[in-house]
Amino acid sequence: MSDRQTLRIKQISAHPGPVPGVGTQRNLEVCKLVDTTTCIGCKACEVACVEWNDMPFSPTTFDNTYQTMPETRWNFWNLIKFNEHQKEDGSIQWLMRKDQCMHCADPGCLRACPADGAIVQYANGIVDFQQENCIGCEFCVSGCPFNIPRFNKETKKVYKCTLCSDRVSQGLEPACIKACPTGCLKFGTKEDMTFIAEGRAKQLRDNFGFDKAGVYDPKSIGGTHVIYVLHDATDPERYGGLPANPQIPWSYAMWKWLFKPVLGALSLLSLFGVLLHYVTIGPRRPQPEPPVKRKEG
Amino acid sequence: MATSVERFDNKARGAFENIGRTEAHEGELIRHPVYTRFLHWMVALFFFLALLTGFGIYLPWLFRWFTPIFGGGPLSRALHPWFGLFFVFFFALQALNWLQPMRWVDADSRWIRNLRSTVSGNEKLEPPDTGFFNGGQKAQFWEIVIGCIVYLITGIIMWMGAGTFGRAMVAISYVLHDVSALIMLAGIFIHMYLSTIGEPGTFQAMTRGVVSEAWAWTFHPAWYKQVTGRDARQAHDEAAREMAERRRLL
Repeated sequence: MSDRQTLRIKQISAHPGPVPGVGTQRNLEVCKLVDTTTCIGCKACEVACVEWNDMPFSPTTFDNTYQTMPETRWNFWNLIKFNEHQKEDGSIQWLMRKDQCMHCADPGCLRACPADGAIVQYANGIVDFQQENCIGCEFCVSGCPFNIPRFNKETKKVYKCTLCSDRVSQGLEPACIKACPTGCLKFGTKEDMTFIAEGRAKQLRDNFGFDKAGVYDPKSIGGTHVIYVLHDATDPERYGGLPANPQIPWSYAMWKWLFKPVLGALSLLSLFGVLLHYVTIGPRRPQPEPPVKRKEG
Repeated sequence: MATSVERFDNKARGAFENIGRTEAHEGELIRHPVYTRFLHWMVALFFFLALLTGFGIYLPWLFRWFTPIFGGGPLSRALHPWFGLFFVFFFALQALNWLQPMRWVDADSRWIRNLRSTVSGNEKLEPPDTGFFNGGQKAQFWEIVIGCIVYLITGIIMWMGAGTFGRAMVAISYVLHDVSALIMLAGIFIHMYLSTIGEPGTFQAMTRGVVSEAWAWTFHPAWYKQVTGRDARQAHDEAAREMAERRRLL
């Protein structure tokens, strides 16, 4: 985006209207805003995702809901999850949530990955898998708090939503955003999207009786670059697989960069030890040895 | 149970004795039959294959060093679990083969307590109650048995992945697998040192299968007595006297 910034227009001579593009790129960090309260479950985003990423249409699985399939797949990165939530008064609340990679600020997949260059986080916040460097160990699956990376048994690689990094790098919004008919999907800077989301949550609280409405942007993983407006931010679990307090396993944070090299070096001490034994004390030979001729030290 | 294991071991030893052979010349004793030697080198081979494929994945700093050996990261990852399985398989056979001589006895505890003077080289002869294997060898053997069990369980959990066993199980397995590997790695350097340059005369026990009598009465006196019927200390003293006599005559 830096090249685009240099060509951002500041002033235009004798131009009567507002200067186009001013202030549109204040912040490099991008964000996708999903307003679950205005999603109508049309699945246009699912189709747009499959189309733009040039993935074959795969057979769907019917599981007694409106959901296209139970979970995302290696070639189906964007799934509207339909959940029926029974409220305290017995009535049913029908929840629709767009499930995809959350593009965490502190990505568990990236921390877990042992392969050089297989997962990259861009400065704009997008977390992208580089399949040519992936070794197919699936550690990222256990590192991810949102159950997103999907393994392809044939290519032995892992796939997930790229936040349309190819489109975003060219100044376009992700395909799902472009397809959304209700405007429940928005794309922009993290700052702007947070502002809009908070505003919408306040509106829900003040005017629509959703007292617990709020924004889902979990701080336990440093925030995400996909944020949700929820009717009830105190209970994100009811939206199907949205953890209230997502965590990266301890073993992928401390273990990998501190204990692994330290303990590895410790185990090499035994090599050092035996070599030291050989040159100082010396080998033990079958006895009797020929008598010692001359002794030093 | 024990008898069926013994029957299996005897059958395997017999079969391998028909394939290969072990010849002891004068002044030598047979230490390891063909079957034991075959298993040892299969275990060693797959240990190092698994170690080298695993090491690249273990540390980011080693990734570019070790993965090219096996044709890159994806192939290293694909081969590692199979190498590991073969390692565990052959070691399991070796464990059955050695179940009897590896049984822990009081002499082994004494041997471990006496470790300092053994390492310092002050005691040239092993204590007279040191049998076919000493306490250190048995300790390493049982460490590898435990290590193999840990490898197998945690390895399968990581192999099947978070989809089958859950994220927490994989995250824990990954740590235990590493710890097990590090302990075994530290042990293997000691094993290789003592079986080659650290105690000269040992290596041929795993190649030709034989050791010299002097080696036997020095390092495994109780075993020496068991196979020759002679007291190890007496045999040593006799040899020492002979050596002194020869020197005097020269």
